[in-house]
Amino acid sequence: MKMILKAAAAIAATTALAFTLGGCGSSSQAAGGGDTITYWATNQGESVEKDRQILAPALERFTAATGTKVNLEVISWTDMYNRILTAVTSGDGPDVLNIGNTWAVTLQETGAFEPVEGKLLEAIGGKDRFVQSAWGTSGAPGKAPTSIPLYSQAYSLYYNTKLFKEAGITEAPKTWDEFVADAKKLTKDTNGDGKTDQWGITAAAGAVTSGAHQAFIRGLQNGGGLFDDAGKPTFNSAAQTAGVKQWVDLMATDKVMAPADAEISQGSNAVTNLIDGKAAMLFDQNPVKNFKSRDFQDWAVAPMPVVSLSDTGDKATHSFVAGSNVSIFKNSKNKDAAIKLAAFLTSDAEQVYLNDAYTSLPSVKAAYNDPKFQNDAAKQKQNTLAEHAKPMPLISKEGQMETLVGNAVKALFAKAATGTVSQQDIEKALTDANNQMAAAQ
Amino acid sequence: MSRTTLEPGAKAAPPNPAVPAVGQPALRKIKKSKLAYWLITPAGILELLIHIGPMLLGIWIAFISLNQLNLTNWLNAPFVGLQNFVNGLNPESTIGQAFFSTLGRTLLYTVVVVGCSWILGMAGAVFLSSNFRGRTVLRTFFLIPYALPAYVGTIAWAFMFNQRDGAVNQILVDVFGLFGGERPFWLLGENSFTAMLIVNIWQLWPFAFLMLLAALQNVPGDVYEAAALDGASLWKQFLTITVPMIKPANVVLLLVMCLWTFNQFNIPFVLFGATSPKEATLISPLIYQNSFGSWNFGLGGAMSVLLLLALLIASASYIRLVMPKEKDNA
Repeated sequence: MKMILKAAAAIAATTALAFTLGGCGSSSQAAGGGDTITYWATNQGESVEKDRQILAPALERFTAATGTKVNLEVISWTDMYNRILTAVTSGDGPDVLNIGNTWAVTLQETGAFEPVEGKLLEAIGGKDRFVQSAWGTSGAPGKAPTSIPLYSQAYSLYYNTKLFKEAGITEAPKTWDEFVADAKKLTKDTNGDGKTDQWGITAAAGAVTSGAHQAFIRGLQNGGGLFDDAGKPTFNSAAQTAGVKQWVDLMATDKVMAPADAEISQGSNAVTNLIDGKAAMLFDQNPVKNFKSRDFQDWAVAPMPVVSLSDTGDKATHSFVAGSNVSIFKNSKNKDAAIKLAAFLTSDAEQVYLNDAYTSLPSVKAAYNDPKFQNDAAKQKQNTLAEHAKPMPLISKEGQMETLVGNAVKALFAKAATGTVSQQDIEKALTDANNQMAAAQ
Repeated sequence: MSRTTLEPGAKAAPPNPAVPAVGQPALRKIKKSKLAYWLITPAGILELLIHIGPMLLGIWIAFISLNQLNLTNWLNAPFVGLQNFVNGLNPESTIGQAFFSTLGRTLLYTVVVVGCSWILGMAGAVFLSSNFRGRTVLRTFFLIPYALPAYVGTIAWAFMFNQRDGAVNQILVDVFGLFGGERPFWLLGENSFTAMLIVNIWQLWPFAFLMLLAALQNVPGDVYEAAALDGASLWKQFLTITVPMIKPANVVLLLVMCLWTFNQFNIPFVLFGATSPKEATLISPLIYQNSFGSWNFGLGGAMSVLLLLALLIASASYIRLVMPKEKDNA
């Protein structure tokens, strides 16, 4: 009996130990061959289910035209990066997939995706069909890109017009100071219980990526930047620190963002706060689809506030060039069909259909002639993309940068929600992230 | 891993009448042992494939520089010797500091979780080993956290710990008026460690309960009767009869629970997402963050190897120190 127990203990120990090392699993399915190809789509609409409904008719049209069936999987943003990583590592992935455009260079470096040249470039009608700023996100400068712009997005300021009217604010703030002043006016206790229940601004302060986005935008506006010209990280430069401080101070010092927002990790929850009147303003790329599904009318859109209206160049940045691109997996067993699908998704007609359904912007110029993209929200976004948007740093470690900076911002918000945040706290958080980035390079 | 003190027992095996091979032809003995090898072969191959293979691969990764540049062709990733270990262990660097503070935190976490789970499990088992009405209902009830899929339970806790509309704050703040009416955050800052402890203990103690309950069934009732006649108090009975008699089960139980808890990944991942708050980062999530968050698989691999060594040494010494003693008791 004792022997058995001893053996059992040894086996249990070995098994548990083995688990610590064998953590990396593979879950990708076999790449489709023959007449079926696999397509991984990023989640663009308000839910994965909704995306399936939007994509299904488009893919049926594709099957009708080419005879190739498409096995569709819509993957949420939180899982997408790791799913791609797993597919890249195992070499066993879908034929066609969407990527967040800020990952384009990182994923290009893996060499797992088909370069957009020759037959593929021809099939999509050449790069001149595409909006220039969007095409700029398809890969590192000077190399054949490995992704094709599909949906374009940009940050704007969305606000609740009813709450603006109640507070006597007649137009959207244009500068950061105006923005903070308005946010303070909009932050109030509406039911007289001594607690604030309406806030000036809401954000997914617990989301890593949106933290990185705001650090990028606010850094540039303050004259900073995440990298210097030599490609070294400068997360903790004085100007970059000032930019992050502005963003975190909304909760920590200005008290115009609810501490509860530090627990929000899904952007849609922040949009819900705006719709429900719990907050008056929101920086977002595309909340209109959520507004529509809730039949919410009391909203308007304005450019992102800037530090000074007279600023030009990088300081006048409102947004990064956001969006999703489509890539073809090099290991695809049915590359011809994969190329056809990429060409189909970026065709004029499908660009109009898809971007209208997702309330994003087309990545091909011709689609803009359609009246569907002549409304205020779309025009606002077009202007931002054309005049005030810069791509996120086009470097191979972009993914790491997003994770490190985004986590630093997320941790600062957590600190603001549970206590205070000093200048030193911000400097330390950014310096730590900077050191880790430098060590990884 | 095994120790020489076992050998007296092993040497004494031949005259043991329980061994059927005694007095039988040698040929048959060999055939029998061959059959045994054949029978364990499939399990052996699977063990190699599922556990040993990835383990060796993990060790190899710790010595190479593996990132997105060479991920698709990882067999050709450059060999960097001990560089990953140097990066991960340098107490001056941000990464090294995080590693050591996380190691300390994980130890504390393991001690608290296993300690509390064991006490709760033991109390529950002793309580339910006496006969009373509704015993079976309670037994089922106690096992619910263990029967629930780990993710489901943890997601439910994450909802309950939500600061604004979670059940925990509703009960503590709205009903009992604690914290001066201010809703504390459970998933951010210092409280996140407590929240993670609570979920883990909730999930782990039914396992301790189940194992100890089974062990208690083997303790004959007449021993207690005799002790009671001799005037031993209940507490004395527990210390001098129950504890020594279930010691073999306890030894294995504690080892397994310690290893599980030390390697805990699911609970922080579901509660906090890919990155845990600094105050609640455990070693497995840290390795995950280093590997997948910053695509630095070499560093993650190096940390895994260190963890493997630490656990191997700890488990081996535990088995060496604790196991033979029971042999003497038997």
